[in-house]
Amino acid sequence: MKETLLEVTDLVVKYKTDLETVSAVNGISFNLNKGETLGIVGETGAGKTTTALTILKLLPERVGIIENGRILFEGKDLLSLSERDMMKMRGDKISMIFQDPMSSLNPVHTIGAQIAEALKLHNEKNRTKEQLETRVDEVLEMVGIPPSRKGDYPHQFSGGMKQRVVIAIALACEPDLLIADEPTTALDVTIQAQVLMLMRELRDRLQTAMILITHDLGVVAQMCDRVAVMYAGELVETGTLKDIFTGERHHPYTKGLFGSIPKLNGESKSPLSPIEGLMPDPTDLPAGCSFYPRCPHASEQCLLKQSDAILSSTHTVRCRLFGKEA
Amino acid sequence: MYKYILKRLAWMIPIILGVSVIIFLILSLTPGDPGTFILGAGGTQADVDELNHKLGYDLPAWQRYFKYMFGVVRLDFGTSYMTKLPVLDEIVAKVPVSVSVAFLGILTSLLIGIPLGVLSAVKQYSLLDAIPTFLAIFLAAAPSFWVGLMLMVLFSVKLGWLPSQGITSIKGYIMPMLSLGLIYGAQTLRFTRSSMLETIRQDYVRTAKAKGASKQAVIWKHAMQNALLPVITVTGNNFGALLGGAIVTETLYGLPGLGTYIVAGIKSKDIPVVMGGTISLAILFSIVMLLMDLLYAYVDPRIKAKYAGSKG
Repeated sequence: MKETLLEVTDLVVKYKTDLETVSAVNGISFNLNKGETLGIVGETGAGKTTTALTILKLLPERVGIIENGRILFEGKDLLSLSERDMMKMRGDKISMIFQDPMSSLNPVHTIGAQIAEALKLHNEKNRTKEQLETRVDEVLEMVGIPPSRKGDYPHQFSGGMKQRVVIAIALACEPDLLIADEPTTALDVTIQAQVLMLMRELRDRLQTAMILITHDLGVVAQMCDRVAVMYAGELVETGTLKDIFTGERHHPYTKGLFGSIPKLNGESKSPLSPIEGLMPDPTDLPAGCSFYPRCPHASEQCLLKQSDAILSSTHTVRCRLFGKEA
Repeated sequence: MYKYILKRLAWMIPIILGVSVIIFLILSLTPGDPGTFILGAGGTQADVDELNHKLGYDLPAWQRYFKYMFGVVRLDFGTSYMTKLPVLDEIVAKVPVSVSVAFLGILTSLLIGIPLGVLSAVKQYSLLDAIPTFLAIFLAAAPSFWVGLMLMVLFSVKLGWLPSQGITSIKGYIMPMLSLGLIYGAQTLRFTRSSMLETIRQDYVRTAKAKGASKQAVIWKHAMQNALLPVITVTGNNFGALLGGAIVTETLYGLPGLGTYIVAGIKSKDIPVVMGGTISLAILFSIVMLLMDLLYAYVDPRIKAKYAGSKG
């Protein structure tokens, strides 16, 4: 029943400039099944977007370097694909929605043309111009924009509407995998809910697998099947939605994340317990556990390299507190 | 849009009035009178006064100004003190020279600057970036008379392909065109390069890549149009400035253009020439700016929307 769509193994990504080397992603591994939604949560700078860009091989040229790892998509190793073959994947099999709808649409092209471009680039069925235009209308209707507006330019749309256009572009070719990088962060709250609902509806209708990158645990709770918590370029905890949101045994960082959310039920009068300190400098990561400098449970053992503790068949935590138990 | 164009054309009236007042004031405030200039040291005071009276120069400045402007309304720009020819006829003969030299120069600068600018931006830090950038800095720093002279040495003296002076044949336009094209092309190159570098880091360029567009498609289809916007502004200004400001080039190649005409007028206090030349320059400049703004609207729908929105 569960067929693996994406398999990322030991991925290491660095940004190298003349001045410094930034260790953005430090050996992460995860799987994604067909039709499943994985949430990647973490602070700004944890390496979430880098992970996403690496899957699409859109890292900044010369600077972004994939040092190690393997990305299998439907059994094909993306990292060994040529740029030409990668172009066929982008937008067709794997699509991406970016964070800021204000800047992610080209201001000088109509939205219709921008959607049609994605279709034209992956026109294996040799659809005629009229058929492509019909498809543009369909896609616009799908995201709730009247097709009569396809001749309009991005500046004629509001932020929420622009993000709908971005979603339309991403879903035009019905990809198998959609990577959404903080798709609602730049929108105000009411629009956020609308856009999330739209994404969830379309994902279910099109059976698209999704990687949802966010720092908003509320969004994760609404959208995801599984969750990966990312910290300083590592996945410190992965599990099902239930594993992460309930249960007692968590990585101290995950606990910290949840402690940083205000609780609305009257019972707990506990004030917010934010995580003290800042994320370590990615140009100079600490040896061993990277959360060690901020961790309330830190001990000398934390200075050693940590490995994943398997708590259940779905739940792993990278912390020495949980030993190597089954 | 038509309303906008009409509005802009109507704006030319206050611009011409303003320019004419300022130039007339400056000419009136500077010492010396045309009679003395024309007759030179040999003329007696009586001769000078008589000549000034004949030219109408003995009237107060404001009266002369109004008299002149009433003439201008009837397309009478007066007669040159020095050549005794109607100023309008001379301007009509010189404007096409200036406009074609400026146009050809700008065209060449764009043909050189834009492709090389894009190339050096796309190949940033490579040799294909370093060489054009070095040449651009070199040419931007080189004085225009030097560039002109070097071309002359090459094409007229060494190779003997092109005439060094005048525009008796179409060949005469080639060197002024190259000379201006190289100097302004260097500037266009640097502008295109920096604008392109900024544009290819924009989010929408990444969106285009994520759609599966090729590198070429991303650059020419998505980045180019956006990157050209600042280049259009600079080009418009350069074009406008070249209409009357290509004096070095005009002098060097012996071109009968507006710039040299006005400078000669200033030197001999030939008021009708200076006024007529300046007013026609102001009109040309306004037209060029209008064309550039229309081009801007054509390239950028956001600006077009603004014009369409401003009623009247």
